[in-house]
Amino acid sequence: MINEELAVKMVGITKRFPGVIANNNINFEVKRGEIHSLLGENGAGKTTLMNILYGLYAMDKGEIYIYGEKVDIGSPKDAIKLGIGMIHQHFTLVPPFTVTENIILGYEGNNLILKTDEAEKRIMELAEKYGFEVDPRKKVMYLSVGEQQRVEILKALYRGAKILILDEPTSVLTPPETKQLFNILRRMADEGKSVIFISHKLDEVMEISDRITVLRKGKVVSTVSKDETSKRELAKMMVGREVIFLLSRPEVEVGEIVLDVQGLFVLDDRGLTAVKNVYLNVRRGEILGIAGVAGNGQKELAEAIVGVRKALKGKIFVEGKNVTNRPPYELMSMGIGYITEDRVGKGLIIDLTVKENLISKVYSAMTRKLFFLDKDLAERYSKWLIKEFDIVAPSPETPAKTLSGGNLQKLLLARELAIEPTLLVASQPTRGLDVGATEYIRERLLEQKKRGTAILLISEDLEEILGLSDRVAVMYEGEIMGVLPVKDANIEDIGLMMAGAKRLNR
Amino acid sequence: MMQALNIAFWISVLTMTFRMATPLLLGTVGEAFAERSGILNLGIEGMMLMGASVGFLMGYITGNLWLGVLMAGISGMVLGVLMAFLTVTLGAQQHVSGLGITIMSSGLSFYLYRLNVPTPGGIPITVKSFEPIKVPLLADLPILGPIFFNQYELVYISIIIAIVSFYLLYKTDWGLKIRAVGENPRAADTVGINVFRVRYICLTYAGGLAGIAGSWLSLAQSGMFLPGMTTGRGWICIALVVFGFWNPLRILGGAMLFGGIDAFQLSLQAVGFKIPYQLFLMMPHVFTIIALILVSRRAIYPRALLKPYRRE
Amino acid sequence: MVLPRLKLEKRPPPTLKMKVAAAIGSIALALLFSSILIVQAGVNPLVGYFHLFYGALGDKLSLTETFVRFCPLALTGVACAIAFLCKFWNIGAEGQLYAGGLAATFFGISFLGAPSYLIIPLMTISGFLGGAFWAFIPAALKTRWKVDEVVTTLLGNWIIYFITGAILYGPWQNPVTKWPESPAISEAAKLPILIPGTRFHLGIVLALIVVLIYLVIYWGTAWGYELKAIGANPEASYSMGIKVERNMVLAAILSGGIAGLAGAFEVNGLNFHMKLDLSHGYGYTGIVIAMLGGLHPVGVALAAFFMAIIVTGTQAMHRVTGVPFPLSEVIQGLSLICLLLGNFLTEYRVRRVVE
Repeated sequence: MINEELAVKMVGITKRFPGVIANNNINFEVKRGEIHSLLGENGAGKTTLMNILYGLYAMDKGEIYIYGEKVDIGSPKDAIKLGIGMIHQHFTLVPPFTVTENIILGYEGNNLILKTDEAEKRIMELAEKYGFEVDPRKKVMYLSVGEQQRVEILKALYRGAKILILDEPTSVLTPPETKQLFNILRRMADEGKSVIFISHKLDEVMEISDRITVLRKGKVVSTVSKDETSKRELAKMMVGREVIFLLSRPEVEVGEIVLDVQGLFVLDDRGLTAVKNVYLNVRRGEILGIAGVAGNGQKELAEAIVGVRKALKGKIFVEGKNVTNRPPYELMSMGIGYITEDRVGKGLIIDLTVKENLISKVYSAMTRKLFFLDKDLAERYSKWLIKEFDIVAPSPETPAKTLSGGNLQKLLLARELAIEPTLLVASQPTRGLDVGATEYIRERLLEQKKRGTAILLISEDLEEILGLSDRVAVMYEGEIMGVLPVKDANIEDIGLMMAGAKRLNR
Repeated sequence: MMQALNIAFWISVLTMTFRMATPLLLGTVGEAFAERSGILNLGIEGMMLMGASVGFLMGYITGNLWLGVLMAGISGMVLGVLMAFLTVTLGAQQHVSGLGITIMSSGLSFYLYRLNVPTPGGIPITVKSFEPIKVPLLADLPILGPIFFNQYELVYISIIIAIVSFYLLYKTDWGLKIRAVGENPRAADTVGINVFRVRYICLTYAGGLAGIAGSWLSLAQSGMFLPGMTTGRGWICIALVVFGFWNPLRILGGAMLFGGIDAFQLSLQAVGFKIPYQLFLMMPHVFTIIALILVSRRAIYPRALLKPYRRE
Repeated sequence: MVLPRLKLEKRPPPTLKMKVAAAIGSIALALLFSSILIVQAGVNPLVGYFHLFYGALGDKLSLTETFVRFCPLALTGVACAIAFLCKFWNIGAEGQLYAGGLAATFFGISFLGAPSYLIIPLMTISGFLGGAFWAFIPAALKTRWKVDEVVTTLLGNWIIYFITGAILYGPWQNPVTKWPESPAISEAAKLPILIPGTRFHLGIVLALIVVLIYLVIYWGTAWGYELKAIGANPEASYSMGIKVERNMVLAAILSGGIAGLAGAFEVNGLNFHMKLDLSHGYGYTGIVIAMLGGLHPVGVALAAFFMAIIVTGTQAMHRVTGVPFPLSEVIQGLSLICLLLGNFLTEYRVRRVVE
């Protein structure tokens, strides 16, 4: 019997990547008109499964049925024809194109000579139907993240998507934007469309889903109806054990001010003001956590402090010395460490060896007699750090690019901590890492604090911020909405500030 | 001496402007397509040389100049496919791939010439080259007639190609796809556009136009082939595409400007000015660098330029 | 019919052995492709290649001639390699060679009475500075205004070529023959011949010393490390505290200077006057050499020697068998193209997908 009420039926899906089984014999079903969440930790295989459904990956084994019919999805094109749309975590938009151009790009029904007016009309109709606000003539590069996401959804609807996959759609949104998104999704489900919602956030999953499938390590743990489960149960299924994350925070005497930022303004890559009139300071032995949804100016703030981005206005003092717009090679000698959020792109030089990466901040001190590098010293130094920081690498001569994500982050950490920084700017230090590496890195940060380093910790992970920081500052649209001691902070207030709905008086 | 710079002089400068602009226009419009799809084609100089050589040889052997133009275009397309294989399929560095093709073609164009054409005493053999055509009635107009309506067919063809290319790039579905591939190939891929195919097609087009541009030099401008006869015109195209903001119509304007400089120096020589003509020959090159400095702040390169695309 | 689906699989980073194999394999492939052209010329490729290699290595004279070609090729190869090491795409070694040649010639023909120990160092230094200056301009444009160095160095090649033309047809033109060549430099300015009866001049030894200097920079110095780091990831290097722009300009100057030396030695070691065809595309061959040698000093030296064999040998092959000499350039370009294929195969494994 063909069951046409099943929009998606995936049977026995298996997908291997070199070294891992990302999906192991997964069975997954989505009904017509339901919002079905795929829940799981990073690396549980959620995105892989959906990339298979969308034709981006070829599965090694398994069968897929769409509305009861067996299908062979070899490319996104096939998926689109079957009425499947996918909104990726990283948007796949063309920034200099208008909203309309982005939506009609690659659409099968286009004439050779484009009829943009007609397309615009259809887009406006769709937007109205589902409650979007969008200007079809605006260039995407000038849209906010939330607006860009709406363009992505419209793109799928324009192609007649009946099954919509959203990969961690709320990770870039503020709470009000999330609420709007959920309204749109609910309306779509009411229209009979099926929504697959990939997330690792329990609250949201409980709020939006009809049913929930939990994945762990590439396998399905269970599929449950929302009404028959609880957050606690889901969390247990997700992690496989009861987890309570507690770090013993060392008591450290907080010293004098190390970093002092006064009235800072910074532009982002698009030339828009990303950091607006920011005042903050960090003291010796203190961790100041910056909370906020990614893309609210945290990256630009960090980059301005470490000298890789120009400050437009305002001043930055480190240990009382004005270092505004000084290049990194001057700041380095002052003992400023920087863990960038883009460790592969901007932090490490992955084409070089582990050793060459480890010495990259100290090699000039290893230079003797004119300009010859002391190779013995470099060797011993890197061996010591590999051991000290528990980096899994066969030898110092191993190319860095062969290391895993966690080990790359340890490599970066080792390089920055070995210089015993007075100020450490750590941006998303545990993003994308497994539990073990995350815990290790957090412990190392606390150890630095004990040593007396002033640490500016930027993280999207609120738990991390609250677990490590002494004080919390919340950033929203480039502004600091408030700074408060962590013991006075409650999650609701911080959530409101992250959404721009609350501001503390300075 | 100054009397020489009369109306007739300026008419001749303007008439020649079109002719000097033609190879630049063809090459640059092709280059714009390559770069719009994300590939910097440094093979263009070599493709032009191959076009010049193959075009000349076909004209010389068969006596049919248009066959020469056709084969020149095809030879450029073959090199375009090779460039695509290296940069798209293999994902090799675009600079190196293009230079490899240029170095090889520079040798090959000369090699084929030597193989097929006897060169007694080192004097180059010539073919009877293209002649300008007179557009009936209009060609007899004063001033405008010689400038606009007494040109080579290839001049008109190149201008039509530029205009058609503009519409293709900005008003059609294909153009939208091409531009998307050069800006964000991943985005293009996820909506079902075959990034690899688009890049292959664009490079083939670029190669074809570069080949025809080369045949212009040997079959219309001079009637002979000389090794390295492109004298860096390909590099000027590379710069002109930035100056023209990757837009065929702006490129048309830029090519006219550069063609004008060339035409001016040639006309000055023709009326007997004793100036080191080499200094004029290098004017387009110097001017190109200055132009690049001027637009460097505003030029928005296609974001995916130089980046090979790989799935997964 | 079912077409086999091919899949690319990334290999572990290539080892030195694989890189060397890729370089040698690509040269072999290039020679194989070129043999088609030799057949077209009505010559048995084996016979052709025999004459090529015999003509380059067969006896003392031809061997020294190969070394005479090795001199400019090793220098332009090192010049390109140093620049490429920090991803400064200096495609302008050809122009820098001419700039060096012009500068050296200026002193060579201006101080006719000067003794060797003065004029030879003077010409060497001025050759270096001439080339360095010609490379400094695009480097400054890149760091100051972000103007792409590929285009500016390529255009620079033609600009200096036209300037050379203007000078050789102008102030330096031979008043008697009207040839576009400068007056001869003095006897004292000529580089000493090291092997009597041949053209094996001091410049060849100096070129080897330059290779050695590059070896030291590459292998043992902090600066070499900085260049490699910049080349691999300029943004990360900058944020780690490396002076990216300054080092890039320095590398460009050194690169141009070394290419300029090639020009100077071509003047006072070989031609004894400045001429329009001072370089036979050596600057471009330098790119091929740098890439074939994997930017490594030893690799560059070996690749330069191989290219010297090709350049010298194709001339001999041309004389004996009539195969046109532009084959040399074809082999160079093909080697570079095949190298890209070879590098690809060291990075990826092509597999058939088993359904």
